[in-house]
Amino acid sequence: MVASFVLSLTDYSIIEETAYVGGQNYRDLVDDPTVRKALTNTLLFTVMLVPATMGVALALAMILLRVGRAGGFFRTVFYLPQMTPPVAVAILFLFLFNGSFGLVNRGLELVGLPGPFWTTDPSWVKPGLVIMSVWSVGGTMVIYLAALKSVPSQLYEAAAIDGASPWRRFRDVTLPMISSALFFTFIILTIAGLQSFTEAYTAFFGAGSESYSSEAALFYVIYLFRQAFEFFHMGYASALAWLLFVVILIITLIQVKLSNRFVFYYGDKK
Amino acid sequence: MAATRTPATTGAPTPPLTLRRRLGWPSPESNVPKRALYLLVLAGLSVLFVYPFIWTISASLKPRPDVFDNRLLPQTWHPSNYTEVWDLAPISTWFLNSVYIGVLAALTVTLSSSIVAFGFAYFRFPGRNALFGLVLATMMLPAAVTMIPVYLIWNELNLVNTQYPLWVMNLFGSAFYIFLLRQFFLGIPRELFEAARMDGDNFFTMFFRIALPLAKPALVVAFIFELQASWNDLMRPLIYLRDDELFTLPLGLKTILDSFGQGGGGEGDYQLIIAALVISTIPMIVIFALFQRYFLEGIATAGRKG
Repeated sequence: MVASFVLSLTDYSIIEETAYVGGQNYRDLVDDPTVRKALTNTLLFTVMLVPATMGVALALAMILLRVGRAGGFFRTVFYLPQMTPPVAVAILFLFLFNGSFGLVNRGLELVGLPGPFWTTDPSWVKPGLVIMSVWSVGGTMVIYLAALKSVPSQLYEAAAIDGASPWRRFRDVTLPMISSALFFTFIILTIAGLQSFTEAYTAFFGAGSESYSSEAALFYVIYLFRQAFEFFHMGYASALAWLLFVVILIITLIQVKLSNRFVFYYGDKK
Repeated sequence: MAATRTPATTGAPTPPLTLRRRLGWPSPESNVPKRALYLLVLAGLSVLFVYPFIWTISASLKPRPDVFDNRLLPQTWHPSNYTEVWDLAPISTWFLNSVYIGVLAALTVTLSSSIVAFGFAYFRFPGRNALFGLVLATMMLPAAVTMIPVYLIWNELNLVNTQYPLWVMNLFGSAFYIFLLRQFFLGIPRELFEAARMDGDNFFTMFFRIALPLAKPALVVAFIFELQASWNDLMRPLIYLRDDELFTLPLGLKTILDSFGQGGGGEGDYQLIIAALVISTIPMIVIFALFQRYFLEGIATAGRKG
């Protein structure tokens, strides 16, 4: 515990050590087009990933609650992908989403849709990665399940007596009652999305995996990692790290501010 | 966050992590056709979620030209993919490395976090909540930010290209587990510790004889979560390990992908890559089968605490 403070302190001092080169690193950073590219990639990916995961997880959780005990079995099934190591997920992505012989495009063919070249067409790389990430939606789903189960059923009964339609019940009972769980996953998923590394790195970077489509999968942490540990530009990479920290901090602060408006705490939860 | 909690925390702790108590499933939809429809939807979705697993296992048993024929059952069975990849790459070494690092990482983080958590739960001292808030604040620090300074420390110590950086840090505990375990310890009646104190226990005997045995479910959660995190980690092995006999499975898998795939000048031995992928996934599936309850409850609890 004490050591983790010491760590956070050394963190500072080492950054300062590199900073005596002057603000040059930070000036480079502003001018570096790759930084902008990586930031845009990461933000786009996160903006797609977070609502997709939350939506799918919530839909799954709500259906699960309507089938009684059978829900337990399906919950296990939906959680299973969460146990697959990310590197394995990335390899699966490469194979299943392969443009010419992957399973996904074969499936799309069956319903008459032309499948895009997910792994090589730069504009389809990120949506593909998002779909693959949504496959591991199990953790978020389990959080929502727990939240949904703790909504008192009297509330639904009262709403039904008042003549509320299913949609109204969802909007005015379910959503406020689980808003703290939604908010928690919103923040956690955003932070995770902004830092995503393993899947995209496995699929698109490293010896032999690089191609022109890699640029579309160049996420911020990947760029940071390569600057630090492939080119050993530690000072520059530290500047990149601090920019990431500030970006995450600002986004989280905005989310917390928003949450004051939208999150409803039932009883004395906090 | 908990940092804003008043000093009266010990008086009214948030409900502890209770793994035994479960909210049952609500009674199913009474409208039978509707229920059948829901079940049908779920079954359909299950296929989407499970099919990649079936595809993978099936593909790992096919000879090279058939990998992408997308048949459910291999036309010709070719289980020798497994022995072949086992011979071509030091998979057993990687496997043992992963197990060794994973178990050490999980053990150390569980033990150190529980000691710190118990300290926070048991002792009352001025500034305790501020200190606890500071511990939680480290959770907000992105791993990518600490990655470089931490590397420089290991570099100073001349321990890059050893496996120590992958687990030794865990001796210092981890904010997330400290938080989880503290909540659990706060739920243990304080009289228990006061009685032990009367019987002459000190902090450590109390910790080992009373707190730890009572906290077993929470300890299991911390252990398996960290085991999974360590098993899945690619970035730190990438940073610290250079010699392939030190590799863990994710890094090994990445190496196999890079060298057997067509892009890496290999011959496109996809069936071997897939066999290696299955080998790296099965242990986690087994652990999930054994500890499913702990995974599900642990995640749900983490969600409630947020």
